[in-house]
Amino acid sequence: MIKKTISRRRFVATGAAAAAGVVAAPYVSTAQSAGSLTLGLWDHWVPGANKATEDVIKAWAEKEKVQVTVDFVTSQGNKNLLMLAAEAQARSGHDIVALPTWQPARHANSLEPVDDILGDLIKQNGAVNATVEYLGKIKGKWAAVPATVGSQMKGPASRIDLMKKLANVDILEMYPAGGPPKADAWTMDAFLKAAQDCNKGGHAFGIGLGTTSDSVDTAGAIFNSFGAVLVDQKENITAKTENVRKALDYATRLAKEYPADSPSWDDASNNKWLVSGRGAMIMNPPSAWAVAVRDAPQIAEQIWHHGMPSGPNGRHAPFLPYFWGIWNFSKNKAAAKSLLRHMSTRESAEKMVEASKGYDIPAFASFTNFKTWAEIGPPKGTMYHYPNPHNHQILSIAAAPTPHRIAEQIYTQGLMTKMIVRHLRGDSMDSVLTWTESELEGFMRT
Amino acid sequence: MVDATMKSDAAALRADKRGSLQKTFQRKSTIAFLMTLPLIVLIALLVLYPAIYAVHLATLNKTMERFVGLSNFTFLFKRETFWMVVWQSCIFAITAVFFKAVIGFIVAHLVHNIPDKGQRKWRGMLLVPWVIPPAMSTLAWLWLFDPSYSAFNWIFERIGIDPVPWLGDVYWARFCVILVNVWIGAPFFMIMYLAALKSVPDQLYEAAKIDGANWWQTMRFVTIPMMRNIIMITALFSTIVTFANFDIVRVLTRGDPLDQTHVFATWAFRLGIEGGDIPLGAAISLFMVPILTIGAIFILRDIVKRGNEA
Repeated sequence: MIKKTISRRRFVATGAAAAAGVVAAPYVSTAQSAGSLTLGLWDHWVPGANKATEDVIKAWAEKEKVQVTVDFVTSQGNKNLLMLAAEAQARSGHDIVALPTWQPARHANSLEPVDDILGDLIKQNGAVNATVEYLGKIKGKWAAVPATVGSQMKGPASRIDLMKKLANVDILEMYPAGGPPKADAWTMDAFLKAAQDCNKGGHAFGIGLGTTSDSVDTAGAIFNSFGAVLVDQKENITAKTENVRKALDYATRLAKEYPADSPSWDDASNNKWLVSGRGAMIMNPPSAWAVAVRDAPQIAEQIWHHGMPSGPNGRHAPFLPYFWGIWNFSKNKAAAKSLLRHMSTRESAEKMVEASKGYDIPAFASFTNFKTWAEIGPPKGTMYHYPNPHNHQILSIAAAPTPHRIAEQIYTQGLMTKMIVRHLRGDSMDSVLTWTESELEGFMRT
Repeated sequence: MVDATMKSDAAALRADKRGSLQKTFQRKSTIAFLMTLPLIVLIALLVLYPAIYAVHLATLNKTMERFVGLSNFTFLFKRETFWMVVWQSCIFAITAVFFKAVIGFIVAHLVHNIPDKGQRKWRGMLLVPWVIPPAMSTLAWLWLFDPSYSAFNWIFERIGIDPVPWLGDVYWARFCVILVNVWIGAPFFMIMYLAALKSVPDQLYEAAKIDGANWWQTMRFVTIPMMRNIIMITALFSTIVTFANFDIVRVLTRGDPLDQTHVFATWAFRLGIEGGDIPLGAAISLFMVPILTIGAIFILRDIVKRGNEA
């Protein structure tokens, strides 16, 4: 090891030059500046999907001569949320972290703004969807980069045979593989009718009314389809509006067709409902289908992923993005930004989508035509419409466009599903809405 | 000369100090303190620090940027859901502890009456629910109550009974949560009561028999008074642990449906970690501390008092 002594004057001059370099220049790989990076990323459900991310990172690290350590942290038991909370509190930990849905807003004060990266990515790839912008751009600044890994759509995964036989709905005709959807007749009324028919036929739609995200996302999409907003952007409580009443009335009529214990469902219940052969439809990313391919291939062959029904306020599909963020206490922000640019290229995204067997969806609309979705099966084309390639749905999230502080509470406490369950068990519309207002008042705290 | 005297005084003082230091280190209480010091440090780090930090967190605003005193507590007192959770936690803890105590008491007597030869085997088997990690055994119960694959409902269907929405109906869900807690916790009561039963001198039973006491009188005037301290300590310990329970509710219902199976710990987790309001979560988790502390002081004081009387 070579040890040098330098004068104080020389040290100050070098330090100032280095600081100027960090501020002005993008990350430049030299033997001196390489350093190290640690990443705390989401541990993917799909076996082997982490490998693609690792390969993408490894290629960058070798090129840039940076020592990179990746920890894949599971979301089981909210371990990833605990990690984020602990690191934000301690102001120490990884350099780059994967942030689920509401986390960029929650940790915006501890995250390094990434407007420079997003500015370039949007120039290259076109705009990101509005939900990604709502969740990732906090007070006019991008808090994190939309991630391909973990971002998902929770539209319908239907049984082709049961929908045809019990509800006379030809899913393949509405959503043909390789072609644009012909779903004008696929409305909220048609959806309710199909739910009634399938329930009568002994294969109810497997939609939960619990407080986990699958249940909340479906309720949120229904509310959004009716333009039902509980708190507006100016933080006024709007729970007693006509749109909310209509949405609640519709959602409750629909919920009568759900399985009796749907108020207790978690994110695994709907998957089991479909894979066991009991359900004609669930609202889920293709993970249930992937399990069926392994455990119940005869059922997997009948599953088709497609778009949501349209309501008076449009056709809203629940989209849950993940983000990659850089802590503002990271010691190597320039390298972290360079890596995130690399992870966000079309080539990297395509590798990640392929490794996840189509589960992951990039935030850019121009990235929804990868061959994985067109080719994967059985049945071939089952995922063609999953990433919304013809842009016929509005990708949205429950509780948007309410300000994040309140929206996160509406979402995590499952307020909409609770409203439906209360109305379903016999509470009057007015008493449910009064209770909702009281809950919302509690969510306003700062 | 004066200088020499001063020097010898100083040396004597130093020797005295050394002597008193030696005496201090030779004292039993000092040695005991030094030997327990590692444990005290460990408790300070793992118990005291988190507890004090939790109190600190509970006095901050939602974004943890400013001190708000007791505002989080006053906010909670105005929330309907909070009082529902208080009510549910009380139902959960009191019912579960009661049934654990009753079942533990009965089973302890049954095991006590088994001949010594086969008793170890039974004791071991009956302890199984208590030694399995609760998160794991609760997962097994979750599968038994599962909407699609419930083994109970499968049996019901075969004998012509309608399936039960075990976790989907408020009352059934509360029943399930308490049932699992009783299943896991009853063996602890059983083993404690069994130990207490074994320590009751046989002469007392013989004396009661000579006096013509029947089964109930023997139980009331001999067994229960002799077990009283153990019963109180076990109930106290179990009440604290049951009030602070997290894993059973979290795995089985997550507080659903309609928050009506939440207990303090699960609701604190929901608001604090999932909802991003860590100060409010800390305030919820601290709510029971003063109440349980007062309860513990009274019970322990009673036990000590009766110990002194004896």
